[in-house]
Amino acid sequence: MSLKQNLHNLKEKYKGTKMAPAFNAIHTFLYMPNDVTRGGTHIKAADDLKRTMNIVIMAMVPCLLFGMFNAGYQHYAAIDASLRDNVLVNFFTFDNFWIGIIKVLPLVIVSYGVGLGVEFIFAIIKGHEVEEGYLVTGMLVPLIVPIDTPLWMLAVAVVFGVVIGKEVFGGTGMNILNPALTIRAFLFFAYPTWMSGDKVWVYDAVNRAVTADAISGETILGSYAQNQEVIYSNFDKFMGFIPGSVGETSTLLILLGAAFLVFTKIGSWRIIVATFLGAAVMGLIFNQVVTANIITDSSKFYGLMSTAWYEHLMIGGLAFGAVFMATDPVTASQTNTGKWIYGFLIGFISIMIRVFNPAYPEGVFLAILLMNVFAPTIDHYVVQGNVKRRLNRAKLKTV
Amino acid sequence: MSKDIRIKKGLDIKLIGAAEKTTSQSNLSSVYGIMPEDFHGITPKLIAREGVSVKAGEAIFLSKDDERILFPSPVSGKLIEVIRGARRKILAVKIAADGKQEYLDFGKKDASKMSAEEVKNHLFTSGCWPFIKQRPFDVVANPNQTPKAIFISAYASAPLAADLDYTLAGKEFELQTAITAISKLTSGKVHVSVSANSSSPLAKLSGIELHKVSGPHPSGNVGTQIAKINPINKGEVVWVVTPQDLIIIGELLLTGNFNATRIIALTGSRFSKPHYVSAIIGASIADITKNNLVNDNTRIISGNVLSGTQVKEDNFIGYYDNQITAIPEGDDYEFFGWNKPVFDKISTSRAFTFSWLNPNKKYDLTTNTNGEHRAFVVTGSYEQVFPLDIYPMQLLKAFMYKDLDEMEALGGYEVAPEDFALTEFICVSKQPHQKIIREGLDLMRQELG
Repeated sequence: MSLKQNLHNLKEKYKGTKMAPAFNAIHTFLYMPNDVTRGGTHIKAADDLKRTMNIVIMAMVPCLLFGMFNAGYQHYAAIDASLRDNVLVNFFTFDNFWIGIIKVLPLVIVSYGVGLGVEFIFAIIKGHEVEEGYLVTGMLVPLIVPIDTPLWMLAVAVVFGVVIGKEVFGGTGMNILNPALTIRAFLFFAYPTWMSGDKVWVYDAVNRAVTADAISGETILGSYAQNQEVIYSNFDKFMGFIPGSVGETSTLLILLGAAFLVFTKIGSWRIIVATFLGAAVMGLIFNQVVTANIITDSSKFYGLMSTAWYEHLMIGGLAFGAVFMATDPVTASQTNTGKWIYGFLIGFISIMIRVFNPAYPEGVFLAILLMNVFAPTIDHYVVQGNVKRRLNRAKLKTV
Repeated sequence: MSKDIRIKKGLDIKLIGAAEKTTSQSNLSSVYGIMPEDFHGITPKLIAREGVSVKAGEAIFLSKDDERILFPSPVSGKLIEVIRGARRKILAVKIAADGKQEYLDFGKKDASKMSAEEVKNHLFTSGCWPFIKQRPFDVVANPNQTPKAIFISAYASAPLAADLDYTLAGKEFELQTAITAISKLTSGKVHVSVSANSSSPLAKLSGIELHKVSGPHPSGNVGTQIAKINPINKGEVVWVVTPQDLIIIGELLLTGNFNATRIIALTGSRFSKPHYVSAIIGASIADITKNNLVNDNTRIISGNVLSGTQVKEDNFIGYYDNQITAIPEGDDYEFFGWNKPVFDKISTSRAFTFSWLNPNKKYDLTTNTNGEHRAFVVTGSYEQVFPLDIYPMQLLKAFMYKDLDEMEALGGYEVAPEDFALTEFICVSKQPHQKIIREGLDLMRQELG
């Protein structure tokens, strides 16, 4: 008997049992189900949620691969700074990639293993199908944490994020906050020493800190926040040859992912454009404050305020957040007008937090979480516009 | 000058099996069936008993809520069976045709000289009232209300829909007579929509306001046209009649006979020769599709693939339908169907789906759902195929949690289930949009209507 037939028989056997969701999750991964339409339209378009989510994952794969190389590159460059003189030769090496394999891959495995485990348990308890939301979350999480994040910490955070961020609301499609960012926020507030500072962004920097060859693994944002000189060129920043969370550094590859998402019509170009726009506007305002001599270089905000607006778009997690996190359709604004407002405010507030919070200069995830909370409010007012138009139409008639 | 309607949002679903423009005469079936469920919201009360003989046009049941609304037998013959379902609900009334097709004579009328009240009463007694439907709620019109306008869409944009220019050809006289009569029932205008470059027999009629429609489906849906021409506000009613039903009304006025013959399109890839047949309402599917249907794991639909009803060969064509579609069932698994590139299905995204490469290709779609039911996740996609000034997802959600204030405020009075057929087709979460809308409208009608 063929695999298809065997699986079909097993599906019939499990039907109605507690284990059915778990079996179906694996079965539907291999085979698209044989369900036919009942009532309603007799035909359906080709897209389902699995396909949609799969596109988002594929858009992130270049960032993941780059992050694996970058993990090794930052590590070796921290030991031997001369490597930075010829980055194109010294970047794509097997040694670099090997560090990625031993450091980044476990993050991916733990993220998916723990997260999907929680999803399966909830699906079995609540008797619904295992939903695809975590396929994207599971990929996002390893890309937005520092490389040296202990795996147990990640596991705890994933459990928290999936349960409190999503399942308590009813699962995929019902959550208010982006689950990946809930996980990130949990890590940040529960283990702040592991999530910021100058020791966590480069593999093994913690151990080196006590030795003679201690070289700071500070991110660009950290340097700016402390009004230090930044050693990276704009080319490095755009290409991503800089320390930072695993997958967030390469603006180029993130933009490629954005192009892919927009072309496939999966990601909202409105949110992406609006977020960059909002960030640029806030950056320009701060630049003007500096140009107008309102603050001097003795101010603790000087470093980040004087950072050129376009540089703000390349450093930190802004690009990654704009393309992969803000566009999560469940937690973003749902109306097209709302998406512009929502995106713009994310960009705007991100840079504001970045500049005014020198202790931890990465504001993107906080800005997105904040706007997640306000997205329904934005939608409410946009939809009220439609409602008012309808009422006015009726009123005109009666007059 | 006609007021033109041009819409951009929508989707033309191009399928294999468009009906070739030839009409064959189907023989008189032996058994005809009328299904009260076709008249949504009507509670039927039988007035003819099993075993009695009826003439074509003679009432067999009426509406419990308004006993003036009669439902006639389409043929002359004997009422042989009343099929009942749970709680004795009437599912179908079967009439064995006697082959003679004797008509009950309702008398010839001069439409131009009739008063509104006379037109109404004539439609009641002849059993033609159910042809008039109303918005809001998409049910048989409530005769106690006066509509602010009457809408007739003579342009069908649904997948494989019958070409109305072809099926209505030569019926100008009947159409004009019917329009003259029903225009007396409204205080407003009679709006007729035809496709932009058509030679519709309705284009030259008098007493109408003509609109030329262009753009993708659902431009031919009367709901779209109402929204663009004269949208429904709270407390207002419009009536809707299809042109093929106008012909029956027109012939009734001209000859006194209730002749429920209409031209039906046989469409879809499972017909060996898709074409038109002339048949009487309520004819059995088997008779109409004889020697033509490849009935091997085939989905037969009375109506179109978006809003039609699934039927079996021993069922009957729906009361309002002028199309039968037959497409393959899709009850098979597809290996890695969710992530491999797709060339043989339609999609509005480009998620490794390639229907955007060749917009004129015709597809042979199956009934597979192409995925499982999920909660709403994706946003912004419905808006691309939804031309009404309504937020479709917000309205659907309001209909699901049944908040009557929101249902009303977001545009519940302006929609019919078929307006949500395209959003249902493209829905990534495979939600049953039309069912949600139907149930919500029923609730609104019960609580507010």
